[in-house]
Amino acid sequence: MLRYLALKAGRALFVVWAAFTLTFVLLFVLPANPVDLLFDPAELNTVTPEVRAQVAESYGFNKPVVLQYLARLGHALTGDFGNSVQSGRSVTATILDVLPSTLVLASGALVLALLVAFAIALVATSTRRPWVRNLVEALPSGAVSVPVFLSGILMLQIFSFQLGWFPAFGDRGVKSLVLPVITLAIPVAGPIAQLLVRSFATEFRSGYVTTSWAKGATRSGIIVRDVFRNAGLPALTIAGITFGNLIAGSVITETVFARQGIGRMTQAAINTLDVPLVQGVVVLVAASFALINLIVDLIYPLLDPRLRAALAVGSPRAA
Amino acid sequence: MTVPLDTLAAPARRGSARPLLGRLGGLARQPVLMVSWIIVLVVIGWAVAPRLFTSYSPYEGDSAASFAPPSVEHWFGTDRLGRDLFARTVYGAHTTLTATLLAVLIAFGIGTVAGLIAGFSGGIVDTAVMRLVDVFLAIPSLLLAMVVVSVLGYSTQNIALAVGISSIASFARVMRAEVLAVVTQDYVRAAYGLGRGRLGVMLRHVVPNSLSSVVALAALEVGTAVLAVASLGFLGYGAPPPQPEWGLLVAEGRDYVATHPWAAIMPGLALALVVVAAHRISTSYRKEHRR
Amino acid sequence: MTDVPEREEDPLLRIAGLAIDYRTGRRRWTPAVRGVDLHVDPGEFVSLVGESGSGKSTLVQGALGLLPPSARIRAGSIAYSGVDVTGWSDQRMARVRGNYVGFIPQDPNTSLNPVKKIGQQVIESVRFNAPDARNAAQHREAALESLRTAGLKDAERVFHQYPHELSGGMKQRALIAIALAGRPRIVVADEPTSALDVTVQKVILDHLMRLREELGIGILLITHDLGVALDRSDRILVMQDGRIVEEGPVRQVLENTTHDYTRRLLDAAPARQAGRLEPTSGPRARPTDTSPVLRARALTRTYQLRGGRGRRRQLRALDGVDLVVRKGTTHAIVGESGAGKSTLASILVQFTAADSGTVHIGDRELTGLGRRELREIRRDLQFVFQNPFTSLDPRFTVGKLVAEPLQAFKLATGKQERTARVVELLGAVALDESHLHRLPAELSGGQRQRVAIARALAPNPGILVLDEAVSALDVSVQAQILQLLVDLQAELGLSYVFVTHDLGVVRLIADDVTVMKGGVVVETGPVEQVLRSPRHEYTRELLEAVPGAGINGAGTSGGERVGAAIAHQA
Repeated sequence: MLRYLALKAGRALFVVWAAFTLTFVLLFVLPANPVDLLFDPAELNTVTPEVRAQVAESYGFNKPVVLQYLARLGHALTGDFGNSVQSGRSVTATILDVLPSTLVLASGALVLALLVAFAIALVATSTRRPWVRNLVEALPSGAVSVPVFLSGILMLQIFSFQLGWFPAFGDRGVKSLVLPVITLAIPVAGPIAQLLVRSFATEFRSGYVTTSWAKGATRSGIIVRDVFRNAGLPALTIAGITFGNLIAGSVITETVFARQGIGRMTQAAINTLDVPLVQGVVVLVAASFALINLIVDLIYPLLDPRLRAALAVGSPRAA
Repeated sequence: MTVPLDTLAAPARRGSARPLLGRLGGLARQPVLMVSWIIVLVVIGWAVAPRLFTSYSPYEGDSAASFAPPSVEHWFGTDRLGRDLFARTVYGAHTTLTATLLAVLIAFGIGTVAGLIAGFSGGIVDTAVMRLVDVFLAIPSLLLAMVVVSVLGYSTQNIALAVGISSIASFARVMRAEVLAVVTQDYVRAAYGLGRGRLGVMLRHVVPNSLSSVVALAALEVGTAVLAVASLGFLGYGAPPPQPEWGLLVAEGRDYVATHPWAAIMPGLALALVVVAAHRISTSYRKEHRR
Repeated sequence: MTDVPEREEDPLLRIAGLAIDYRTGRRRWTPAVRGVDLHVDPGEFVSLVGESGSGKSTLVQGALGLLPPSARIRAGSIAYSGVDVTGWSDQRMARVRGNYVGFIPQDPNTSLNPVKKIGQQVIESVRFNAPDARNAAQHREAALESLRTAGLKDAERVFHQYPHELSGGMKQRALIAIALAGRPRIVVADEPTSALDVTVQKVILDHLMRLREELGIGILLITHDLGVALDRSDRILVMQDGRIVEEGPVRQVLENTTHDYTRRLLDAAPARQAGRLEPTSGPRARPTDTSPVLRARALTRTYQLRGGRGRRRQLRALDGVDLVVRKGTTHAIVGESGAGKSTLASILVQFTAADSGTVHIGDRELTGLGRRELREIRRDLQFVFQNPFTSLDPRFTVGKLVAEPLQAFKLATGKQERTARVVELLGAVALDESHLHRLPAELSGGQRQRVAIARALAPNPGILVLDEAVSALDVSVQAQILQLLVDLQAELGLSYVFVTHDLGVVRLIADDVTVMKGGVVVETGPVEQVLRSPRHEYTRELLEAVPGAGINGAGTSGGERVGAAIAHQA
């Protein structure tokens, strides 16, 4: 058990470190002249060589790459990713400023997406009418096919401009949250629903369900008592993918609805080549991803007695 | 020797090489699939020979006809400069689809080889490749693509490269899983017993048998890559404005969505239709090749 | 207060003229069951025998109202104690199932919910079928009682365990407990022991017999094993192609077989054969040169179990196993699951490396050879897998499959030469040119195994290692493949290492036999000697568990066990 824990935690740490290194190489080593990236492209021509040298000095660009790397890594370990080029504030503080707004949006969308996905899977499994099943099963692939920016714009057009139910932009109040949450929930729900529909169908055909029928259980009883837990578990395995979808979706959702948040800030940071901020965001995202997968790895055995046993006693593995 | 009795012959599953006509006949019984193919083929037609589909220019507009709503004349309406949006969508197919194709080829090529090597060699090579894959999976592909584009510079080719790089990991993972499943099959062990060397086993048995689900993924990935390319275009990382690119078209129309919704919605719908169609084709391919 | 009123004169289950179709196209239906009549009386043990594809499982599903959505009942009726339940909704059938009819499924390993404790699963069965609302404690007590009735002595412990913590036999007992918990009048068992070892099968079947006597319930047993059916039932029905072709009390079926198919089944049953199979070409010459072609000494193989809390556990799959195969003979290796027989076979052909010990082919040592030298030796040492559905690459045609070793060993270089050789090999296994361009998916199980044998013969090997090569096949097909193997041996002077779990087959084909248990050889020697006068207790146990004592039927006393029968003929 401890071994398993250490192995998983080690992997998570490796991922975070590697993400840091990767962004370092991409953002600080690969560009021909990293100092240029620190200035607004429009003002680049007006910068004097002295100023460049000064900036290079202060950012440590004149030192060997390895030393730069170690210095940055050392700071990053204490949570210090340097200062934003644009605002001059610390990267960490800048991220923390907008984080809550994204968290609210993302968690709202995640909850909605899960509800929708489970509802789709339940309806598809419990209906006895083939056409209802076919219709419901087509929904998830539609959900992953419609671009987020299109669904966002459609939402705006219909519910904001035509019907006037919800405000179009801004991030004040619960009402302004409704449309973005729905927009973001659509692409997130798609893959979860696809997985759930599949695993519900598989489990519903499995041997223990036949046993339950033979016990005299009813259809709804079987779905609730037997299928739900066994089929619901696999949804955890795509927690990482779900997280990725939430991040990618929030970049676009926040842009469409002009909301403050990590996504929009990242986009702005990339547009202005705010290198330290971009690195901060990427490492933060990778760390969250690794953490989520770590948590899933740790709680999965608690939910599945077979895995728990395998961990406690040891699984047969060819040496 | 007795004549084989084998009275209980297993029913033949799927034919060896089903004739093309039979396949087309099968298509006729699946109207949704057929429509999907038509959509994809038409859009490919747009990309190859846009002139056949529209007589309007994608660049020259009639400023008198600014923001004309969809009509018989202008199917998708016109934009602020009076340019025909259908023509811009048709011409935009070239940019978007080329980038998509390039992206999928990059991801498929590199990802499949990496997955094959990892799965087939096992041990330290496998561990190394998979840990690398972990890292790429940990950064959402849109975010990774944004970073890559920002380093490479804004252009459609770079978008293609970025989207390609960011989806290598998923191909590698699927291919490796497939290879690992195939390697334990009896027929692979049998092949060693029949005198094949490692390379022979890999090329003759492992690759052909593991490729089908990766091909299914590639079909699916075409849809996903179109979305990614368009999303990056929408965010402004692609071709500069006068060029017609699907994501960019939506972004241009977005500012006027309150008053002239078609400018953003029509190109967006075209894009969504293509992605839905690609998904549909990929799903049916997967169903047909499920083992 | 059951929904099914009782009328004493009616049988517990009566199926009349039942026909079931499967949907195979938009408006196409393929019949699976074609007009079956069947009844089970109180206290009666009825067996329904059929090979795969006979429609026996579909019939059972139909009787329980558990048909998949792609199937329909075209005609006929199903009645429990005179109450016609045909076409009842799931809701109504739910009150019949469990309550009136209990069901024991085929595969105990997939038939229990993996995330629920056994007790919970039995309690559900009690609760669904409790005539009046009782409290939780009573439910629990009833569930424990049911587990005990099913023969689980340690019911309290099993109650709190998860399915994966139990052995196959115990899981099947838990499923029996679930079937009995609703206090049904009739139990339907669909191949309840097919996934279990023979010794476990014997215990489970013995227990079912006892339950019938103690509880007075009716039992309908579905099986592919004619031996099991003849041993256990009052009455048997033989099903072929969706029809009942033979029906009657056991003795009558044995003595006056009316249908050709039943006779074929009886003839194919290993226990029916008088002794070792003779080649079709005539009685075989006793091999004169019996020098060993294959010798294994002190083979040991240990698997590391990755343990928790830093502790490392080991599983000894093989522990100091010796084996000698004489030239031109068949050496059978027999044992139950976990005996290590497949590991041994795998080591003999070096698919798996041994931790220690040696394998010699002739005078060449196999163990520790490099890849190239090993490849050279494999020309002489070929392997046939258990499952012909997985051992053939699904993308290769028959022609390509058989040609592969020719190509790999560079034995036939020209294309024409190769095709000629492939056709010749197919001829040797009674297939012909018409099969050349077929894919494995288009062949039956028996045909596939023939292709696998033809492929193994391609490099002209001296030794074939056959790992459960006939176990996945129906008896009638199995008989043909065994005959083919005997013929090939006579013709080509092959030596076989024949791994099997089925003692009946051993008698048909082997000259020598090695009995294994838990990775250790418990007994080895000539077949006649080991089967007639087994020295080891375990061998005796195995022999006793083999079903089909009554199969020699006509004349011999029914109670005689097959071990004795085998001994008599050997």
